[in-house]
Amino acid sequence: MMLPLLVSSSLVQAQTSNTCLDCHGALDPPLQVTAEKFAEDIHSQKGLTCASCHGGDPAKADLDAMSKSAGFRGKIERSQIPALCGGCHSDGAFMRNYNPTLRTDQLSQYKTSVHGKLFAKADTKVAVCIDCHGVHGLRPASDTRSKVHPLNIAQTCSRCHADSVYMKGYSIPTDQFAKYSTSVHHDALVVRGDLSAPTCTTCHGNHGAAPPGVDTVQNVCSKCHVFQDQMYEKSSHKAAFQSAGLPGCVVCHGNHGIRHPTDAKLGTGSEATCMQCHTPGDPCDQARAEMFAGLTRLDDAIKNAHNLLGVAESSGMDVSQARMDEDQARDALTKARVTIHSFRTDLVGQDIQEGLKIAAKNLQAGQQALAERNFRRKGLGVALVFILMTVAGLFLYIRQLERDAPKA
Amino acid sequence: MSLPTGVRNWLDERFHWADLIGPLKKKTVPVHKLSYWYFLGGITLFLFMIQVCTGILLLLYYRPGANEAFESVQYIMTRVQFGWLVRSIHSWAANLMILTAFAHMFSVVFLRAYRKPRELTWVSGMLLLFLAMGFGFSGYLLPWNTLAFFATKVGTEIAGQVPVIGHGVMVFLRGGEDVTGATLTRFFGFHVAVLPGLTTLLVLIHLALVQYFGMSVPPGVETRWNSSPAAARQMKFFPNFFLRELMAWYIALGVLGALAAILPWELGTKADPFASAPAGIRPEWYFMFMFQTFKKIPAKIGFIDGEVAGILVFGVAGALWMLLPFFDPLARGRGRKFIMGAAVFALSYIVAMTIYGYVAK
Repeated sequence: MMLPLLVSSSLVQAQTSNTCLDCHGALDPPLQVTAEKFAEDIHSQKGLTCASCHGGDPAKADLDAMSKSAGFRGKIERSQIPALCGGCHSDGAFMRNYNPTLRTDQLSQYKTSVHGKLFAKADTKVAVCIDCHGVHGLRPASDTRSKVHPLNIAQTCSRCHADSVYMKGYSIPTDQFAKYSTSVHHDALVVRGDLSAPTCTTCHGNHGAAPPGVDTVQNVCSKCHVFQDQMYEKSSHKAAFQSAGLPGCVVCHGNHGIRHPTDAKLGTGSEATCMQCHTPGDPCDQARAEMFAGLTRLDDAIKNAHNLLGVAESSGMDVSQARMDEDQARDALTKARVTIHSFRTDLVGQDIQEGLKIAAKNLQAGQQALAERNFRRKGLGVALVFILMTVAGLFLYIRQLERDAPKA
Repeated sequence: MSLPTGVRNWLDERFHWADLIGPLKKKTVPVHKLSYWYFLGGITLFLFMIQVCTGILLLLYYRPGANEAFESVQYIMTRVQFGWLVRSIHSWAANLMILTAFAHMFSVVFLRAYRKPRELTWVSGMLLLFLAMGFGFSGYLLPWNTLAFFATKVGTEIAGQVPVIGHGVMVFLRGGEDVTGATLTRFFGFHVAVLPGLTTLLVLIHLALVQYFGMSVPPGVETRWNSSPAAARQMKFFPNFFLRELMAWYIALGVLGALAAILPWELGTKADPFASAPAGIRPEWYFMFMFQTFKKIPAKIGFIDGEVAGILVFGVAGALWMLLPFFDPLARGRGRKFIMGAAVFALSYIVAMTIYGYVAK
């Protein structure tokens, strides 16, 4: 309750001077805080000073600034950090002065997180606010240089979670970051720069970070993969996985190291997923084979049409309409791949048939374009023969004309 | 009496046909080792006629307007019987016409065919070349595809850099501050009404002047013939030269047909005025030397903007080029060599900068 008052008074002091930085700018780490670094801190930019967190009187010189009478609190113990930050960040009325859109439930969420629960049990190794957000050079999450910007979150989490020595005693793996770095999600976020792609906090939460339980994995994935979720709801796997206590999507796709799924997952090769549980020849295997064959057939049909249209296009033929229709065929294939999550051959078959029809139309368009190209070339050949014959005729006529003409 | 003779007699009775075609029958063409350059003008004329015919056919289906132009050209290329052939021939003939017009112009310069009394033949020919480039510039936009849209934007922007009148010219060309559907309508008007009218008039004047003065004989050949009149050789224009020209036209027709069938003119993608300019926008090849110069010119040359300096240099060079026949009599010895040197430099510069424009990223 006192912290906002402390901050308010420090704001007044900030108008005068900040002697803390005079000394701490010249000290060696970890006591070093330069004026430049602190100037980059969002709190500093909003007018807060060292005294806002550490107490004391920055207007006074030397050790008077750090006297108990000036309210100096010194280094903030790790055990005090969540409460200190929460002192302001949980105060809605106070935060409205700075950023009315910022949530104020971080501390209460933190208390529900695995970090917060262990922290409450006096485990100070677990993450507190400054471990993720930094300190003295703290930037808003929207700043790409912030440790909690979507592009940097995985790196920030990995500082602890990929450190097997630090994580010793917690009985959880430390390969999440290594796996995530190979995943389709990492590729989308970091390589393609799609900031909506998931990082650690997207699935685990941020202040309330916790592993999604077996029952909630589907809810986490379905936040983005809506249609796959709808299909999965229709599938026989839903009830089977639930009764077996299996974590839905993760069973086939994995978690941190999710790769771009290919049709080979439905096959029988090294990437095959179904056959890890099912027996060859059983009804489910037969359905798998049917769906796999359908997807392969459609994929091949699209590629054949695409290649033929490419040949026609490189011959200068206009196949723009078929090129546009190609997108529809690819959409049908994508839809069929999504419908696979229903594990119903009838539904998948409908999508495949729709795609095959469009692919066949595109193939026909390519064949027609090539037939037209050949017709044009034959026509050109015939026209050139006539032109050459005319030119030859003219040549011979001129020769005869000039031979017969009286000599001057 | 055969039918042609009957028709001829019928015309002769009424219009004195024999007197009308008399000069043509008497017209001769000098014969020497450089006579083949005489065909270029005729081939250019033939390509212009092809342009007129195919242009009229395209008008049957083309719809000027930002929302319809691209689709109508696409329709011509894919749905209209032989529409692809007509459009491809129109586009290829346009490019070949400008190529042969340039070749014709340089042949006239190097053979000094512009000299007295053919000054106005040269001036009318130069004006025709400018009109042909105007045809190219206005026609390039008509399919309303991405490349043409942005090239027109850049081209009209450059026109806008002309001191004093530039902005007005740019607004006039665009029909506003930006390239929009209004620009397309305007360019269509220039392309199918204004330019054809002016060109037809100038072609008639040019042909009348060629007919009046006859073909020029290169100075070296002329000197030889003057010293030895028996060596002078002439060929009847009709039918001897005309039939040879006809052969050249047929060959040009074959080349056009082959280009249209093997390399149909691309349509590209529809212009999106709200999209950012794609990489690699470029004008038609005959503007490339100027475009590349403007790309490479420094932002400032002394106290003048680079682009303005470029426009002034091209403008002055173009004006001097057009007035070449009037300088020629004043120049003797070294002066003539300087003119030839300038012509060689101009040709080399155009070729080199055009290649550079296509090769440079």
